[in-house]
Amino acid sequence: MGLGIDVRNRIAKRAAEEIKNGMVVNLGIGIPSLVPNHLPDDINVMFHAENGITGMGPSPKKGEEDENLCNAGGFPVTVVSGASYCDSAISFGMIRRGRVDMTILGSLEVSENGDLANWIVPGKKVPGMGGAMELAQKAKKVIVLMNHVDKQGKPKIVKECSLPLTSARCVDLIITEMGVFEVTNNGLHLKEIFPPYSFEEIKTNTGCDFHW
Amino acid sequence: MENAFNKIITIEQAMENFHDGMTIIFGGFGGIGSPPTIIDGLLEKGVKELTLIGNDTGFPHIGIGKIVSEGRAVKIIASHIGSNPVAGQLMTDGKLEVEFSPQGILAERIRAGGVGLGAILSDIGMDNEMVAGGKQRMLVEGKEYLVETALTGDVSIIFAKKADPYGNLIYDKSARNTNPLVAMAGNITIAEVEEIVSLGNLKPDEITTPGVFVDYIVPSKGVNWTWAWE
Repeated sequence: MGLGIDVRNRIAKRAAEEIKNGMVVNLGIGIPSLVPNHLPDDINVMFHAENGITGMGPSPKKGEEDENLCNAGGFPVTVVSGASYCDSAISFGMIRRGRVDMTILGSLEVSENGDLANWIVPGKKVPGMGGAMELAQKAKKVIVLMNHVDKQGKPKIVKECSLPLTSARCVDLIITEMGVFEVTNNGLHLKEIFPPYSFEEIKTNTGCDFHW
Repeated sequence: MENAFNKIITIEQAMENFHDGMTIIFGGFGGIGSPPTIIDGLLEKGVKELTLIGNDTGFPHIGIGKIVSEGRAVKIIASHIGSNPVAGQLMTDGKLEVEFSPQGILAERIRAGGVGLGAILSDIGMDNEMVAGGKQRMLVEGKEYLVETALTGDVSIIFAKKADPYGNLIYDKSARNTNPLVAMAGNITIAEVEEIVSLGNLKPDEITTPGVFVDYIVPSKGVNWTWAWE
């Protein structure tokens, strides 16, 4: 059950509200890539791409792509004023040193402790972790944007992840089409419910207890 | 163009440095910044049983992916192979050994090899069997780390925007990626470049890779694959 573009944009819009002026933010693929479209004009943010761009801008117009200027997914981007390029070691140095304020990414499962599982489905092909482990472990704040349930309708927010972990206890905030959860030391805290969903619907579709 | 350091060679001369069973470290990220002319040279020469070290396996018809898809590699050390389903299939079939390393740690392992260090200490993926399995652990000032060994290779192949005859290099935007690190890690480094300029035409301040790391310079015939976004 994929989400329509309206719903994806609503999730991205809510995530954009987490971005504060001056932040360095790394975006994953999927819904996170929609986040920049929802940022107010008065917010100055440097988007970081782990292949070596700080200050990534919007996609170029068709015909104006530069094959040597792409994001980590291999798609053409532009840069904003004040941007810089660096090699991969420096780029990950920014992440490990705690200079990347926020990473916004997708996930297959998140546990009530904030364990993140977003890289392997057992029995399927093993793609490799890429830069996900370092981002999850070292970005100052980790925000997950995802469907509330999987294609079979099973909860993706669970007591314990059934899939191999990308990184344990790293997620700070989960935003789905149904609402917003904060991961706290006392487990999950449901902060917001999005219309048209009800508390009961969220409870039914969430695989663990949570506070409200 | 003057060739005072005898570093500027043809692609045919460059190919004399390659043989079956060797280890090649390659620059590039999703094919961007991988050297197209050298990769085609390797395909044409038919070298096989290669060990490849680099960020990823590109796409099936892009970058190092062209070599992987032809079954020329027996082992690859990379951070991901997801954009190249052929690599995944070869791995599943037991025809390609894959060692996964987290992206930034892989970059640092290549850098460590390139700057004459034996290993680095890392706290990435310590509770993950795929990353930490079989690796030595070390306690330093009360904190535990994994010992991540340095990587070197027989030949490094890289892609740059400009070189001078000494092999001083500058790169183009995000095509820099792993290239400056890979440039240092090979016993022999061959740089494929879009443009060769005279000595003195690159400002000393703007050079990213000093020519001391570069053994040979090959003029590029340019990217000849179709990008995924095209």
